[in-house]
Amino acid sequence: MVQGWIQIAGTLLIVLLMTPLLGGYIARVFLGEPTRFDRLFCPLERILYQLSGIRAHATMSGWHYIQAVLISNLVMAVLVFITLMLQGVLPLNPTGLGAPTWDTALHTAISFVTNTNQQHYSGETTFSYFSQVVALGFLFFTSAATGIAVAIAFIRGLTGRPLGNFYVDLTLAITRILLPISLVGAVILVAAGTPETLAAPVVVPTLENPNVQQAIALGPVAHFEIIKDLGENGGGFFGINSAHPFENPNGLTNLIQILAMIAIPTSLIYTYGIFANNRKQAWLVYGMVFGIYLVFIAIAAIAEYQGNPAINTLLGSPQPNLEGKEVRFGWAQSVLYAVTTTGTMCGAVNSMHDSFMPLSGAVQLANLFLQIVWGGQGTGTAYLFAYLILAVFVTGLMVGRTPEFLGRKIEKREVVLTSLLILLVHPIFILIPGAITLAFPEQLAGISNPGFHGLSQVIYEYASAAANNGSGFEGLADSQPAPTGLWWNLSTSVSLLAGRYIPIIALVLLADGMSRKPVVPMTTGTLRTDTGLFTGVTAGVILIMGALTFFPVLALGAIAEYFQIAGGI
Amino acid sequence: MSIFYEVIKALRITLVLWVLVAVLYPLVILGVGQIAFPYQANGSLIKNDRGQVLGSALIGQPFTGDRYFHSRPSTTNYSSADPQNDTAGILKTGVSGASNLAPSNPALLDRIRGKADRDPQKAIAGTLSVLQQAGIQPTADLLYTSGSSLDPHITLEAATAQIDRVAKARGLSPSQLETLIVQNVDGRFLGIFGEPGVAVLRLNLALDKVTP
Repeated sequence: MVQGWIQIAGTLLIVLLMTPLLGGYIARVFLGEPTRFDRLFCPLERILYQLSGIRAHATMSGWHYIQAVLISNLVMAVLVFITLMLQGVLPLNPTGLGAPTWDTALHTAISFVTNTNQQHYSGETTFSYFSQVVALGFLFFTSAATGIAVAIAFIRGLTGRPLGNFYVDLTLAITRILLPISLVGAVILVAAGTPETLAAPVVVPTLENPNVQQAIALGPVAHFEIIKDLGENGGGFFGINSAHPFENPNGLTNLIQILAMIAIPTSLIYTYGIFANNRKQAWLVYGMVFGIYLVFIAIAAIAEYQGNPAINTLLGSPQPNLEGKEVRFGWAQSVLYAVTTTGTMCGAVNSMHDSFMPLSGAVQLANLFLQIVWGGQGTGTAYLFAYLILAVFVTGLMVGRTPEFLGRKIEKREVVLTSLLILLVHPIFILIPGAITLAFPEQLAGISNPGFHGLSQVIYEYASAAANNGSGFEGLADSQPAPTGLWWNLSTSVSLLAGRYIPIIALVLLADGMSRKPVVPMTTGTLRTDTGLFTGVTAGVILIMGALTFFPVLALGAIAEYFQIAGGI
Repeated sequence: MSIFYEVIKALRITLVLWVLVAVLYPLVILGVGQIAFPYQANGSLIKNDRGQVLGSALIGQPFTGDRYFHSRPSTTNYSSADPQNDTAGILKTGVSGASNLAPSNPALLDRIRGKADRDPQKAIAGTLSVLQQAGIQPTADLLYTSGSSLDPHITLEAATAQIDRVAKARGLSPSQLETLIVQNVDGRFLGIFGEPGVAVLRLNLALDKVTP
C-alpha cells in the first residue's frame, strides 16, 4: 500500500515542478516574447505562414475568431471523413481493411475533430495504418491546438488584450508546444519498447501448443501515442488503448503518458497567472483544483486497493481489484491514470473503467461532470475561470457589492454566457439523450452490466461525449456491428458537437466582451478574487452546482451499486 | 463571398499543417525508430537461433499445462486461434480486449467461482477450481482477467505459487526455478513507478532451454 502512495506522490511532485516551467514557456510563446528556441522555430513558422497565406499580425474580432474555428474544424472533419471512407483503396493497409460503416466514420471524424476521441471501433480491426497516421493523427494535433488557441484567446480577452489571430495561435500551439514535446516523447517511447513500424502483424505458433497461432498486431504506434496523451486526445492505436503492452509497455512509458496528459492543463493555469500578472491567484486556483484532484485519487485508490468483497471471500484475503488491470501497473498506477485521464479529458485508459469499483466509477463520472479537474486541453482552464466569474457574481449578490473580475464589471451578458456554458449545455446533452436511451433499453441502450451499473454505463457514454473526454464504460454495445451501434454513433455525435462548439462560442464571446469593458479602479469596496476565502467560495460553487445537477444520477448508479456490493451481490 | 474566402484559407492551412504533423513528423519518428532502436521499433520480437519468431517479449501467450508457468486468464486467449478454425479472423489482424464486467455483475462471480448447469454447454468450470486442480494458491492476478488480454506478466506471488507444480513436472529443483523467476522479473522504473512482474513467456522459454 505504502509503495503505491509513494508512486502517486512522486508523479504529482513532478507535475508540480513542471507547471511553472511549461506554464511560463507557454505564456512567453503567446505573449510574443523571445524564447530560447526562436532561432529554430521562427524560420519554420515563416514558411508555414507563407504557404498558408496567414498575415501574422492581424487580430480577429470575436465573431471572426469563432468563424475561423468553426470553418477550419469543419474542413478538417470533412477531409478526414473522406479519407476514412476511402481507406480500402488507399495505401498502408497491410491487413486489407475495407471502409468502415458510414456512421462509424462520421462518429470517428466528429469525435476526433472535437478532441474527444470517443472510439466506437477497435483500431486493429477497423482502421488501416494510413487512416490512423494520416487522418486521425492529423486531428490529434489540430484539435488540441484549437483548444489551446481558444484558451489563449479567452485569457487574452479576460486580461483586456485583443483576442489574437486563430490561425497564428493554432500554428504556434503546434510548432512551439505540441510538436517539439511529441518529437522528444516519441523517441523515448520507442526506446522504451513502443513499436514504430509499417510492417504487417506477425503470426507465430504459440510455445505451448504450436497448432494454435498468435497474431501480434504492430504499427507506427510511438509517434501516435505521445500526441494522443499530450493533446488530451486519447484515441488508442489498438482497441484496448494504453492497457495494450505495445502502447504502454512499462513503468517509464506509463509515467510519461500521465505527465503528458496533465502537463498542459496544469500549466495553462500558471500561464493565466502571467497574463493577468497575478501569480498568487493562479496558484490559489491551482491549489483548489489540486485539492479536489487529490481527494478523487484517494477515494479511487482506497476503493481499488480494498478490492471486490465478493471475490476477496474466494481469495481468502483482501486483494486489490485487478479485473481489467495489467500487472505492471497494479492498483496505484491504474487509479492515477484513470483519475488523470477522466479529469484532463484525455480519455486514454490503461485499465478498464467499466470494471473499476463503484466509488472509483463515481470519481470518474464526477470528473466528467465537473470538467475542471484539470479539464480539457485549453477549454478546461477556460471553464475554471468561467466558474470564477460565476463565483464573483454569486458572492457579489450575497454581500451586495457590484461584481467585478480583474477590474471589469460582471453584467447580464457575462452571467448569461457563463451559466449557459456551465450550467446548461453540459447537463442538457448528457441527461436528455441519456433519458431517451434508457427509455428503450432493448432497442437503443445495449447495456452489458445489469442493475445500477447499467445506468452508469449509459450516462458515462454521454458525459464522456459532452465533456469531450472519450473514455467509456466499454462493455456498452456502442459499436457496429451491434444493432445499437447506429443509435450510439449518431446520438453521441450530437453531444460531441454541442459539448465542444457551444462552449467555445460562448467562451470567445465572453472574452471578447470582457476585453472591451473599461477597467474600474480598485477601491476598498472591491471584492478581491485572489484570496483564500474567495477561492474557497469558488470551490463551493463548483461542487454545489455539480452536485445539484448530477447527484441524482450518481446516487442511482455508482452509489447504489456501492451499497449493493457492500451488502453482498 | 467572405465565407468562400474563409473556406479557402482554412483549406490552405489545413493542408500545410497536414504535411507537417501527419506526414513529416511520423516519417521522422519512423526513421529514428528503425535506425536507432530497430528491436523495440519492430515489436521486441524474440527469435530462436534459426531466426524464427517465437513471440514478443512484451506480449503474453496462453499457458495452461503442468510443464509451464500459467499466465493470467485472457478474454481473447492472448490474440491466438487455431488457424484451421479462425472464423473470427483473429489471426488476420491480431486483437485485444477485456471482459468489461462490472464488479457487481453476477457473471464475474460465475466466471471465477464456476456455475453448475444441467446443460453442460452452459456450465462454467470457474477460474478458481481450475487453479485449485492445478494445485495453485489463487492470487488476484490469476483470478481476474487483464486489461489488454495480452498481459505479459504475473505477480511474483503468482509465480512462486506455481514453483512446486512446474518443478515436479520438469524434474527440476525449486531453487533452480526461483533463480529463473528472478532473472525474468521486469522491475519498477527507477525502483518507484509501476509494479514488478514476472514475464511469463520469457520465463517459460528459459525453462525450455534448461529442460527441452
